Amino acid sequence: MTTATIAGSQVELNDEGFFEDPDQWNEGMVPELAANEDIHELDDKHWQVIRFMRQEYFANGTGPTVRALGKTSGVSVKELYQLFPKGPAKIAARIAGIPKPKGCI
Amino acid sequence: MVKDVVILGGGTGGTLTANRLRKQFKNSELSITVVDQDRDHVYQPGLLFVPFGLAHAEDLVRPRDRQLKKGIDFVESDIDRVDVEARLVVLDGGHELPYDVLVIATGARLVPDETEGLTGSGWMEKVFTFYDLPGATGLAEALRDFEGGRIVVNVVDLPIKCPVAPLEFCFLADWYFHERGIRDRVQLTLVTPLDAAFTKPRAASLLGGMLEEKGIELVTEFNTGEVDGRGGTLVGFDEREVPFDLAVVVPVHSGAEYVGRSAGLGDALDFVVTDPHTLQSKVAPEVFAIGDAANLPASKAGSVSHFEGEVLVENITRFLRGEPLDASFDGHANCFIETGFDKALLIDFNYEQEPVEGHYPGPVGLPLLKESRLNHLGKLMFQWFYWHSLLPGRDIPGVTADMPRAGKHID
Repeated sequence: MTTATIAGSQVELNDEGFFEDPDQWNEGMVPELAANEDIHELDDKHWQVIRFMRQEYFANGTGPTVRALGKTSGVSVKELYQLFPKGPAKIAARIAGIPKPKGCI
Repeated sequence: MVKDVVILGGGTGGTLTANRLRKQFKNSELSITVVDQDRDHVYQPGLLFVPFGLAHAEDLVRPRDRQLKKGIDFVESDIDRVDVEARLVVLDGGHELPYDVLVIATGARLVPDETEGLTGSGWMEKVFTFYDLPGATGLAEALRDFEGGRIVVNVVDLPIKCPVAPLEFCFLADWYFHERGIRDRVQLTLVTPLDAAFTKPRAASLLGGMLEEKGIELVTEFNTGEVDGRGGTLVGFDEREVPFDLAVVVPVHSGAEYVGRSAGLGDALDFVVTDPHTLQSKVAPEVFAIGDAANLPASKAGSVSHFEGEVLVENITRFLRGEPLDASFDGHANCFIETGFDKALLIDFNYEQEPVEGHYPGPVGLPLLKESRLNHLGKLMFQWFYWHSLLPGRDIPGVTADMPRAGKHID
């Protein structure tokens, strides 16, 4: 676990860069978190996915996988990869301040 | 008064639940009905061996109803939907089955059509899956005719049944082409969406090392967007390409279609939203789920259904008596991993504890996370236990529902 300063606030991140406590997150942190993932321009679709990830996390205790995102977020899997080229579920979860989606075992 | 239990699915979880319930309750207390869309109970762990000629389709299939004890009704029918409010199952054609307790045990379904091109040109010619009987049988023929070139084994996305099976397929393919004397002419590549050979760190590092030793290439974080059978290429969503002469693809899985047609029952992938410790669904207290059909963060594997069975039957009993449920299912899974040349590994783990070294089921027993001939024999012997002990709902000596900690090297 490491402590990082994002948009002026101290937050706890795990070894893979995911938030330990989703309540430490706020929307003001998003541009900086996105920049850390090499995403420098955020459009409405990015925000739609980020907000959806958090909503799902608080409803289900885990963020959705890419496939579930493609079925439920209103953004297709192909588009999701255009928005978050290095892996939509993982990258969007980091930016949305939620733990790594559990996927499956 | 007689209570009605309806069990949807006559596979591993449904069969063992029906049999355990029948032993627990008299016919005058409980009527038990099992519904399945067909009559063929497939021993799914055997599918892995079919492509290599080590098992044959006819050895793996038995009639579903013959695995059920006397006093259990079997209905062969497709399911239209579950009406959770009215507490009844609607079968195809409109016939209705009312229930006091419903158990969803219809497993996971392969959805190859969800991946662009997968069932297009080349399907069942140079693109196969070994996750069902026709695929495994077709692949046996393709492997027999294979004289050299590039074979890719591709997991499209998780969750899948038996997440170790693609690795086992690679290890057995390595062995198979060695035996045929043409291993040097065959390139083997495992292409996975994971960031390593397996999900759990210690097992992933060991299995990754074994792939390397056997000269099997590993391509990670590959999310298959398209399978181009004609061109012989896997195309990733990130536009990476992996060429092949023969592709062995594990298609994406979903829950049963009727789950999606039953309001509130399933998640985005039609798996039943289920409490991970009691196995009660979140949609209604009288609905339970077992095995691959549930959305639990556990492996989709027969061993998990087996361990769940004990807790499930206890909880159905408690529910019928109006008692609080037992929240004791710990996610226990136990898998033999065939590694070729008559050896296998064994892993034993649960929701919290990743697979580690040691012995199972106690300090004296089968070696864990270590190749041995004993584990290979264990894997072969398991088929007997499956039909004669696990499905009838008998306990296997020394094997408990809770994951044993003694014998494991836990930090």
